[in-house]
Amino acid sequence: MTASGSLAGEPAVDAGLASEHGLTTEEYGGLRDLLGRVPTYTELGIASALYSEHCSYKSSKIHLRRFPTRSRRVVHGPGENAGVVDIGHGWVAAFKMESHNHPSFIEPYQGAATGVGGILRDVFTMGARPIACLDSLRFGDIDGERGARMRHLVDGVVRGIGDYGNCVGIPTVGGETGFHSSYNGNILVNAFALGVCRRERIFTAVASGAGNPILYAGSRTGRDGIHGATMASEAFDSESEAKRPTVQVGDPFTEKVLLEASLEAMRSGVVLGVQDMGAAGLTSSCFEMAARGGAGVEIDLDLVPLREASLTPYEIMLSESQERMVFVTQRGQEGTVVSILSRWGLQARTIGRVTDDGRARLTFRGRTVADMPVEPLVDGAPVYDRPARPPADLARRQEDVRPEAPDDPLGALKGLLGTPELGDKEWIFRQYDSTVRSNTIVGPGSDAAVLRLKGTPSALALTSDVNPSYCWLDPRLGGRQAVAEAVRNLATVGAEPVGMTNCLNFGSPENPEIAWQLRECISGMADACRAFDVPVISGNVSLYNETEGEAVRPTPTVAMVGVIDELMELGVEGELNRLLGCGFWRAGDRVLLLGRSGDEFGGSAYQRLLYGVEAGRPPSVDLGAEAALCALLRRARRSGWLSGCHDLAEGGLIVALAECAMAWGLGMRGSFDGGPLSLFSEGQGRAIVTASPARVDDVLSSAEAAGVAASDIGEVGGDRILLGFDGGVVDSPVDELRAVWTEALPRAVG
Amino acid sequence: MDPGVKCGIVVFPGSNCDHDVYHVLGHVLEQETLFLWHQKTSLEGCELIVLPGGFSYGDYLRAGSMAAHSPIMAAVRRHAEAGGRVLGICNGFQMLLEAGLLPGAMRRNRDLRFLSVDVHLRVERDDLVYCSGYRRGEVLRMPIAHAEGNYVDTDEALDDLERSGQVVFRYVDSEGNLASGANLNGSKRSIAGVCSAEGNVLGLMPHPERCAEDLLGNGDGLALLAGAVQAGGGAELTAAVGG
Repeated sequence: MTASGSLAGEPAVDAGLASEHGLTTEEYGGLRDLLGRVPTYTELGIASALYSEHCSYKSSKIHLRRFPTRSRRVVHGPGENAGVVDIGHGWVAAFKMESHNHPSFIEPYQGAATGVGGILRDVFTMGARPIACLDSLRFGDIDGERGARMRHLVDGVVRGIGDYGNCVGIPTVGGETGFHSSYNGNILVNAFALGVCRRERIFTAVASGAGNPILYAGSRTGRDGIHGATMASEAFDSESEAKRPTVQVGDPFTEKVLLEASLEAMRSGVVLGVQDMGAAGLTSSCFEMAARGGAGVEIDLDLVPLREASLTPYEIMLSESQERMVFVTQRGQEGTVVSILSRWGLQARTIGRVTDDGRARLTFRGRTVADMPVEPLVDGAPVYDRPARPPADLARRQEDVRPEAPDDPLGALKGLLGTPELGDKEWIFRQYDSTVRSNTIVGPGSDAAVLRLKGTPSALALTSDVNPSYCWLDPRLGGRQAVAEAVRNLATVGAEPVGMTNCLNFGSPENPEIAWQLRECISGMADACRAFDVPVISGNVSLYNETEGEAVRPTPTVAMVGVIDELMELGVEGELNRLLGCGFWRAGDRVLLLGRSGDEFGGSAYQRLLYGVEAGRPPSVDLGAEAALCALLRRARRSGWLSGCHDLAEGGLIVALAECAMAWGLGMRGSFDGGPLSLFSEGQGRAIVTASPARVDDVLSSAEAAGVAASDIGEVGGDRILLGFDGGVVDSPVDELRAVWTEALPRAVG
Repeated sequence: MDPGVKCGIVVFPGSNCDHDVYHVLGHVLEQETLFLWHQKTSLEGCELIVLPGGFSYGDYLRAGSMAAHSPIMAAVRRHAEAGGRVLGICNGFQMLLEAGLLPGAMRRNRDLRFLSVDVHLRVERDDLVYCSGYRRGEVLRMPIAHAEGNYVDTDEALDDLERSGQVVFRYVDSEGNLASGANLNGSKRSIAGVCSAEGNVLGLMPHPERCAEDLLGNGDGLALLAGAVQAGGGAELTAAVGG
């Protein structure tokens, strides 16, 4: 490096400053060796961002390798901005899920909004037009005086997601929301987006061709979000409030025009590579694009459009100002991109060029402020195999606590339906536009959302799932269960899973017990992915979700995408939205229970929400039995036998039946061969299906052939739910249950 | 499809329902349909102009307020004043109010939150082309998705509006009755859609383009768009009923 040294006002770089930047002594030493000198302040900032867990996956990479990432459908696996799978008829889907946990806790509205913005950019930088979002949210206690701040967070996050997605015009079609005290100090906001495009139109984030111009497009760079990636890779303490300036501020209108302009620019034929500026802003976009192309970059920081002239090179490189993109075009063709962007009211400007020496060289006011090798910093970031060991109290956690049978099963049912956890989530999703783009056949509140794919006979199904209590009690089983439930949810609408993404939310991996959770959850997920032949095509890791030593429940959120090849095989056009939902809607239909019912109460909603007991072994997951059930469901769907289907999850059979009845206000009458407690068992691999009487034999005989237990438990009709069991009956007007269920969340959030 | 009218959908940078309307007009109803960029000054011979939903220019000020002053709006105004058909949906309705092509104004929804739900609407007029596929008093189901749909005007102006028959749709319950619980955004007199005195300009908050295909579980909105593209120029009133 020719002109190094610090600029006026910059602190001197030493091991102490490096430590403040989150670099260990070894990491700082490695950086010095790599450069052959003391890094400049700007270089230190860049390295700290690239070495953060958020960018480098240094603590998780070793485990992530266990995921299967290939299948005949996978076009791009992990490593791109979003994974891409073939969904047939010449179309591909690009999707990914990302966390925005830390920013959302500090500033819920902007944190959640920019989470949506970031994931949308990840999808459209692949050349795909976003058509759907999901959100998986976890909050802490929202009751009483102590819950006041949490209610503020719920409100801010929901508004932030809504205002952003609604303005850009991407429907939010599903997701999940859970509550647990372990999230009191760290909420989770995981945003998923999916886009589609013709297979030949896919783009990747590669900088190639020495001399080609690098264009900066979109919003100007400001001071917001500086060190966001590093902040997201640290635990919180009592001073976290001071981190509010590290939260980015979103502008959904600019995102919307950036989306349209970028897709148009990509169609113009002059663009070689595109990358959004997400976590670690200009730093990660330049370094990652160069690394993928095996190239180098030269950037003149004086050319970067700024909101205020006083920004330093350090700040420019680390700003996480939103709605910004980098394009690499053919030399001499940059004018095409500039004029397309200008038509959409956006600025685009050449800030540098691609080089062939594999270095990132940044200049500012005539001085070189950084000159670093790209590849070793991006791909050679440290990889840690952190020590891992089971929690000291694992045996105690897993001690079997025998649940009490309910004296009043109806009361217990109402108790569960009246919790924010199991209550109706309409208060949340009615704040999200779920029907824009006019593809939504089944929207939020169902097992899986279903979107038609215009111009094809197909549809896409989307779901997101995880049970953090199961994961806490047995991470391997919990990881397995999350994948199995996602596959099952897709099967309820007849969809074949084609790919998965995930968001792994954990505490600090430097704690061996957390490292163990991470490793075990990933192992369980990977086992299940292999069993169901579902590739993991993208994902995100969010560690350090802990405050003053208190970590969140391990929450490996799974988002899965399925394809329904021939939508019209499933039923009559005008009835599809009802029969693909999970509600009773046609009186006279038979109600069948598929899958074997055993007593499973470890981590169950019954124990947790009614008795405050979170203990035992979570329900066992028999991957073979799950696969058989899912194959049966898909076959029954494709044969047009089913009028509805709902998987059994939290709260067991009785909660699932109540949900089916509340959907359209139509009840059922039947009986179940089991005691009052087994109504609430969370035994896995089960689903309720409904079918006209003429189709019951088809379903039962197929179930028998597939080795799936099946029984006819009643008939749809009337305005009551009436279910006999061994020793009693649950009998209630559907309206009464509905009232408890719909009021639960609005009452809790006040 | 029978020969209808040439349709133009105005595209503002923040429009996000433009493609949905295009899908119904161009693909479902098979009409000649164009996108008209907001900076254009000509409507290119289109007979039906649709102002689609979305967030026009971001709507950080007041929904539709800037769009009302965009270059193309002068041409839309001339078209409307000459008796041409203009349909504003959601954000498009807000623009028509801001441009003064329809009376009234929008406030934030009653509970100050975005509302994305299905609502029931009662058809108050069936003598407009837009409503020629409906019967007066018929109850429709349509999705709404907006933060500012709380229609307001002075009592005198509302009385005038009612007298001149310009209220075209009202929020009702599933039985067709007015009810506070069915008027979720808090609109005065449960007003969901209004037309100009001549009946050629219609604005409504619900989205007919999102419920125009049985596949999506609801086809109630198709008749509105099918009516809007019916051939026949000049007088907008299909029957001899005075406006």
